[in-house]
Amino acid sequence: MKEHPLRHATKLAAVIATAALGLSACGSSDPDPGTTTGSTGTNTAAAGEKLVVGIAYGVGGRGDQSFNASAAVGLDKAKAELGAEFKEATQVNGEAQSATEERLQQFVDAGATHVIGVGFAYAKAIGKVAKDNPDVAFAIVDDASPDSTAPNVANLVFAEEQGSFLVGAAAALKSKTNTVGFVGGVGVDLIKKFEAGYKAGAEAGKAGTVVKSQYLSQPPDFSGFNDPAKGKTAAEGLFQGGADVVYHAAGGSGSGVFTAAKAANGLAIGVDSDQALTAAPDVRDIILTSMVKKVDVAVFDFLKNGSEGTDLTGVKTYDLKAGGVDYATTGGNVDDIKAKLDELKAQIVAGTITVPTK
Amino acid sequence: MNRINPRKALLGIAAPVLALLVAFLITSLLLVLFGDPVGEVWKTILSWPRPRQLVQIINEATVLYLSAIAVAVGFRMNIFNIGVDGQYRVAAFAGALFAGQAWFPGPLNVLLTLIVAMAAGGFWAWIAAYLKVKRGVSEVISTIMLNAIATGVVQWLLLKVAVKQPGSNTISTEPIPESSQLEGLALIPGATNKVYTLIVLAVAVGFAYWFVLGKTRFGFDLRATGQSESAAVASGVKVPRMVVTTIVASGALAGLIGMPLLFGQDHSYGTTFQAGLGFAGIGIALLGRNHPIGIGLAALLWAFLNIQSNALQIQAGVATEVVNIIQGTIIFAVVVAYELIRRADVRLEQQRVARELANAGQGTPAQEGAPA
Repeated sequence: MKEHPLRHATKLAAVIATAALGLSACGSSDPDPGTTTGSTGTNTAAAGEKLVVGIAYGVGGRGDQSFNASAAVGLDKAKAELGAEFKEATQVNGEAQSATEERLQQFVDAGATHVIGVGFAYAKAIGKVAKDNPDVAFAIVDDASPDSTAPNVANLVFAEEQGSFLVGAAAALKSKTNTVGFVGGVGVDLIKKFEAGYKAGAEAGKAGTVVKSQYLSQPPDFSGFNDPAKGKTAAEGLFQGGADVVYHAAGGSGSGVFTAAKAANGLAIGVDSDQALTAAPDVRDIILTSMVKKVDVAVFDFLKNGSEGTDLTGVKTYDLKAGGVDYATTGGNVDDIKAKLDELKAQIVAGTITVPTK
Repeated sequence: MNRINPRKALLGIAAPVLALLVAFLITSLLLVLFGDPVGEVWKTILSWPRPRQLVQIINEATVLYLSAIAVAVGFRMNIFNIGVDGQYRVAAFAGALFAGQAWFPGPLNVLLTLIVAMAAGGFWAWIAAYLKVKRGVSEVISTIMLNAIATGVVQWLLLKVAVKQPGSNTISTEPIPESSQLEGLALIPGATNKVYTLIVLAVAVGFAYWFVLGKTRFGFDLRATGQSESAAVASGVKVPRMVVTTIVASGALAGLIGMPLLFGQDHSYGTTFQAGLGFAGIGIALLGRNHPIGIGLAALLWAFLNIQSNALQIQAGVATEVVNIIQGTIIFAVVVAYELIRRADVRLEQQRVARELANAGQGTPAQEGAPA
């Protein structure tokens, strides 16, 4: 019997509809259920307020080895030192605004006293949920826009340009070709800040150093933060164009930059975490330094203040002076220029050098 | 065919119920295999939603319903519009851009935006229709391609027109003026949020779908073409024109999907606009058997699962994506169940006819086997 065409279409439709669901399930990572419930408060160190923390990670979650992972480090420290209890959840790619808000609201329903949104994608949701729950303290990492502004919100932002300035100087001092490269994940203001600091730093390290930049994607496409293949291609182009040191501010795409640097006998500079410790072992030796962005410090700071009953509010900038950003010395690749870098660092802290942000 | 047949009605209900049970069992099995707390997961998903969450379920269902109706229009004519996903994003962007200009006051702006969005969605679908009719390109292939192209085009245009807020890293079109923002309807007592005003749009679309397909000449031609193209041609239906009309209508309806979100929630199109609604519509249309009420029930089920899944990470420590497994299993199970039940139905029908024939034709031998 010849099959009726309509039924054939139905089967095809079922396969595609199911595949779409399956793919979206594969695309997001497991939120690591093993660590979802916090301590029961056996070591309540401070006599202060009992902390119940809800932390909402960006896409990638606790296991991204970079930005979200850094926030998790701060949280784990708060658990150990402040006896904070916590619940965690991770954002799903492409979810509705209402689902983002609901995640934060559910933390509050579950009794959270402090709610943290990790990443600028939470800006609007934090602003709205904070207004609905004036008795709960909120914090957002990487956003200080009017979207997330409320009396009970702490906007935890970083002076990435200052840290980038230092690694820019390091790159220029180490470059033999007087040409250095920059790979940005996504062309948003946040990443342009890294680039601006890096450029100024390269000029300060060695006047006349050429900086070549490459972005992996443009918003609303945020794939540039998580696409090692793109990172590799972009870095290969920069190395072929004469650069011998490449700095990446591209999150998960950075591993591709490291691979390219290794193949080109060049050097790479890591970002957010001390990547000479977190990157794949075979590329660690080509990591000159890393621009460390201490999200963990900011998260812990927010919770520590909370435990003392004085919640942080408003824009809180973590700069070189506050120890929020820095360059890493792991591996000893910058030992010979450390004196020069520390001199620049002192000048930034003292305010004699002002690093541009765009 | 139009008479209500109790056996058919019963079999029709049996299929989705069976599918739900199968999905429940398979998901439980997977959870056990991976060592996740099965009891906690079902307790979280099946707990009665708070008023706030009821509103979210209704809102999510509204959007999903529009998506599924857009897909169903094509299904009824045996056309598989996978491009609903791209069509709604193109349309939502065009609509948001238009509404943001505030060329017209309040409600008129809303009305005209709906038309702009339908035109944009319809146009994007027309490309696939043109390729099918003039070049013989399967709409399955072209609409998948057009989804990818839509992503690129919208992204590129959004960068050109986006307004930037100091300090923010998200980008979006110009927000629509406050006079055109629809505040919502307070339908659920005790909820802090409101049901999208444009739920009325979903109801109107559902009614129009039922009326046009079931009660008009056009609808008859459309269904006839879907059932048998040669029969449709024989009865004077201009098939290429029907193909174009249907695909464009499907795309125009897809254009409406983003509208409740635009006017009731986001107020602009940007990086945080909900994605993937078009694909959800395919599954819901299948589950609802292209019936306006069936689709409504399926959309509510989907929305219920989506919203209830928000609590999974926090309450049960299990990834939200468990719900995708449930939904995927439901779709597969329901297609299998519909097919099994169709076969059972055919067999019962054959037995009935055979019995009647046997009773009627006792005296006369079978006419066919007679010649030597």
